[in-house]
Amino acid sequence: MGGNSPCASCKLLRRRCAKDCIFAPYFPSDDPHRFAIVHKVFGASNVSKMLQELPIHQRADAVNSLVYEANARVRDPVYGCVGAISYLQNQVAQLQMQLAVAQAEILCIQVQQEPMILPSQPPQPAATATGIMDEKSGFGGLLHNNVLPAQYLNFASSSNVTTTHVDSLKRESFLGHDMVS
Amino acid sequence: MPIGKFMMSGAGSRCAACRYLRRRCSKDCIFSPHFPSSNPQRFAYVHKIYGASNVAKMLQRVSEFERSHAADSLHLEAKCRVEDPVYGCVGLISRLQRQIHNLESEIAMTRALVMMYESSLDRRKGSANGH
Repeated sequence: MGGNSPCASCKLLRRRCAKDCIFAPYFPSDDPHRFAIVHKVFGASNVSKMLQELPIHQRADAVNSLVYEANARVRDPVYGCVGAISYLQNQVAQLQMQLAVAQAEILCIQVQQEPMILPSQPPQPAATATGIMDEKSGFGGLLHNNVLPAQYLNFASSSNVTTTHVDSLKRESFLGHDMVS
Repeated sequence: MPIGKFMMSGAGSRCAACRYLRRRCSKDCIFSPHFPSSNPQRFAYVHKIYGASNVAKMLQRVSEFERSHAADSLHLEAKCRVEDPVYGCVGLISRLQRQIHNLESEIAMTRALVMMYESSLDRRKGSANGH
């Protein structure tokens, strides 16, 4: 990859970049910071093991998510990504309340109108809006009902979380595409 | 056997980390308050993803007061990564962001519907008053 130029990882690790270097496709030499941060948090050998356990077509996404987590951990050494998750879950809860209020308003208005135009049932929330809360995910055993343990739910009020990690979440939607199948 | 050889973390046994690493658990072991021997899986997850020395460095980087939170979040992230080796906890972040986007759209639609109903109601009241 890149002719004879070593990839960013081999440069950092000061070793020869082999033709089949596992890092080379994902850590080009023009972005040394990317590998540096992943190496700082996870360690090169751990990253190598993780990549080796994955099929090739999934490695790019895995590296991108590792870079994201590593950046989050460096920005917030105490909570890392977990702070962001807590913040987002709080936001979801607030939005669900707002939706419930808006739907209740519709019901009230419908009750005030003539009986003949009342629908048979109130508008249902979109499946995608609330369904994810019931979605079984890999986190089911860890996150009870997709909610973090209580000690993480106060993050939203922490200025440390809201001013550091959350701003970056607002700027970037992860990877800019729907990477999660 | 001299009892001073092992860390008195609770029941006088090594912490989960030192058990895993097969080493002596010292009195000031950085892992022992956060990786008790009663939960060996907790350390196994973080060791698999981060490695013991990286975990130790990350815990040393934060104040003692914050270490339990740091250890908890490292464990959560490591567990997520073990369960989803491609996306880890970032997959959850992505799903939550999509959910927020969907909810915001639905709230906007519902509020538009409220306004439509309200204006319809106002028109009916207006026509009932003979306008």
